[in-house]
Amino acid sequence: MENIAYLLLGLAAAFCAYRAMISKHLLPSALYLACVSASVSISLYLLGAYEVAVIELSVGAGLVTVMLVYTLSVVGEDTYDPASVIPKPLALLVVGVIAVLAAWMAYPVVSRPVASGEVLLADVLWKQRALDVWVQVALIFSGVMGVLGLLSERTIKIKEEQILQMAETEKPIAIQMEEEMRV
Amino acid sequence: MNLSPLDIVLLGTVLLLAVGFYGLLITRNLIKLVLVLQILVKAAVMALALAGKSSGNLGLGQSLAATVIVADTVVAVVALALAVQVRKHAGTLDVTKLSSLRG
Repeated sequence: MENIAYLLLGLAAAFCAYRAMISKHLLPSALYLACVSASVSISLYLLGAYEVAVIELSVGAGLVTVMLVYTLSVVGEDTYDPASVIPKPLALLVVGVIAVLAAWMAYPVVSRPVASGEVLLADVLWKQRALDVWVQVALIFSGVMGVLGLLSERTIKIKEEQILQMAETEKPIAIQMEEEMRV
Repeated sequence: MNLSPLDIVLLGTVLLLAVGFYGLLITRNLIKLVLVLQILVKAAVMALALAGKSSGNLGLGQSLAATVIVADTVVAVVALALAVQVRKHAGTLDVTKLSSLRG
């Protein structure tokens, strides 16, 4: 029963990922990506990774989908789907080789699971990997600053327009002063 | 052939990885590239949790997976903001046409 659940979830994730990739419109692609995220988070939950499953569901299916839909609302639905530079048979061959190599390398590790004592995520995160937490904080801060920098062009344009307007209004005064000086 | 649950999860992870790599190779739309990167990172998260489970240290796997999710989300958000700017300035999302910096 557990095997069937994992198999169905894996196939659903792969199918939704494929549909997200080949879909002509970007909005269905974003929704298929949310389905991939939901399938992956259920698989993670069944594996026992409860905390990461919750994070994946809230961030992957929630935040990223909202960001994608917001971007599509700003950019507009771009249905232009140009042909790929790389021939598709060659891409399939390369991907097949990579997949076989990855499975061949990972299978011996996965097929002999090692049982050990349960270690809490909080202990690992706050005691052993405390540096990771600080790196994550720095990443989030730099991400926010990056987005603010990229999307703040409108305020810069408004300031430039204000400066131009001020220059235009002050120009006649300067001309008047010059004329008065000449007189 | 008797497959364990971890073997099946590995199969699903490799499938997801393959779809992500294929999309990365054939996609030229900037927003879709971000989307495909998200698929690849989901495969990586699954692989990290699977490695943690099979090595008996699920806490470490979860910790690394959480770090990857945070980094990937920041990358996705910045990339989407960049895509908005690219569309405004270049008028296209086709990555092969963004050649204004070519020397």
